[in-house]
Amino acid sequence: MPHLDFSVLLQGQFLDWLLAGVRLSLTLTVLALVIALPLGTLIALARLAPFPPLRALAWTYVEAVRNVPLLAHMLFWYFAVPELLPDGVKAWLYAGNVEAAAALAALVVYTAAFVAEDVRSGLRSVPPGQWEAAKSMGLRFAGSVRWVVLPQALRATVPPLISQTLNLWKNTSIATVVGAAELMYQAQRVESATFRGFETFAMATATYLGVSMLITGAGVLYQRRYPVRPAGH
Amino acid sequence: MSIAEMIDTYWLYVLVGQYPNGPLGGLALTVVLAALGLLLALPLGVLLGVARVSRRAWLRWPVTALVYVVRGTPLLMVIFWAYFFLPAVTGHKTDQFNTMLAALVIFDAAYLAEIVRAGLQSLPSGQRLAAEALGMSRGQSLRLVLLPQALRHMLPSLVNQFASTIKETSLGTIIGLSELSFIAGQVNAQVLVQPVAVYGMLAGCYFVMCFGLSRLAHAVERRSNRQRATPVTAPSAVDRFYAFMRGGLRNPVSTLARNTRTSQ
Repeated sequence: MPHLDFSVLLQGQFLDWLLAGVRLSLTLTVLALVIALPLGTLIALARLAPFPPLRALAWTYVEAVRNVPLLAHMLFWYFAVPELLPDGVKAWLYAGNVEAAAALAALVVYTAAFVAEDVRSGLRSVPPGQWEAAKSMGLRFAGSVRWVVLPQALRATVPPLISQTLNLWKNTSIATVVGAAELMYQAQRVESATFRGFETFAMATATYLGVSMLITGAGVLYQRRYPVRPAGH
Repeated sequence: MSIAEMIDTYWLYVLVGQYPNGPLGGLALTVVLAALGLLLALPLGVLLGVARVSRRAWLRWPVTALVYVVRGTPLLMVIFWAYFFLPAVTGHKTDQFNTMLAALVIFDAAYLAEIVRAGLQSLPSGQRLAAEALGMSRGQSLRLVLLPQALRHMLPSLVNQFASTIKETSLGTIIGLSELSFIAGQVNAQVLVQPVAVYGMLAGCYFVMCFGLSRLAHAVERRSNRQRATPVTAPSAVDRFYAFMRGGLRNPVSTLARNTRTSQ
């Protein structure tokens, strides 16, 4: 084992590169989550809608997206989608950070499909009798949702959504394939500039693990505070 | 170059890469790599899964730590570790295929370990007690009573896992392995004017394989559910066909096949 030296990476330009990478990875995660959560919820509601064409459309979206690897989504958004846009929009895209934009679009589309499935099973976990029970207690629709249905649905939905957030955080690494300068991309850059592969990848791995642990920890705390209770039938 | 001309020129290249004049590539390599990765990961996953529920702390703790570390790390990171450090460990240069295979086996084994653990923990405790009452050792009860049942429940999850592994192989592109996504990039670079068609068809190839596998997982699950309910009659081929066709329209909330990864 060669002599390990982290000092090169803990100062100056190389540290700046790695930190910029972490920043973009976190930004992609947060932005994709903020957009994918409402989008996924809408798709989940469409899958439960009393209107068959809408259900079919939402089902098609979920299956079409989930059965294609994220890497192919990224390549499609980066190489193909700009060709489908009008020239003005294309020029504007290429003037900006087109790599990060393509990565974000792919992450949003991909994550929303998984979120939709989690929200759908969460909503279905509340037995229909609960609606009727709420009504018979004299609650109106808003009250039923607020006090009876939502608290139960959330208990079943939040834990899988937290594990989806963990997947999203790990998935940002794939953005390196279209050249988005996130952590994985910057780690490769630092490695080829310093030849300190072991140290660079150790730092990147520790960062991925650290954030993953935080997300997993949030999940554990939530489940302690709001344990899933078996619904009464 | 039109789309028809492009398909006519490149279909064989997409299917098998440069084979037989060079290494196997394209769609064939994607399938071979995923199948081999899952096959090799399975025994390792079973061992790790059993260790996760072991009573011996010295065995349980390190394996639990390993599983958590792998599950908290992107697959791409595991591939890089394999890429840079396999040669250092083995002493000779590792090609992209074996690098990717090693990364997939380690990564998938950690996920399979959790499926095995869930399968073992979902068995009624009476099974273990009954095996004990028959005078079996812990090893025997695992081998003869618990694992066979747990693995049977796992079958739908395994089929889903195969679909996930096919999706994971696409990351081989990043280390220059000539699997399906890499070949698509090559074709796109040569044709230049058809990116929408090239990447649309790439998505289509993956979709056909993975969607087919997820339907198969549903069919397997229904069949095993029905067999548990009525152990005498196996469903006829017609039953299975209907179940397969119906699977697209109805969504049973699956118990074990909750594949929360996919995400790759």
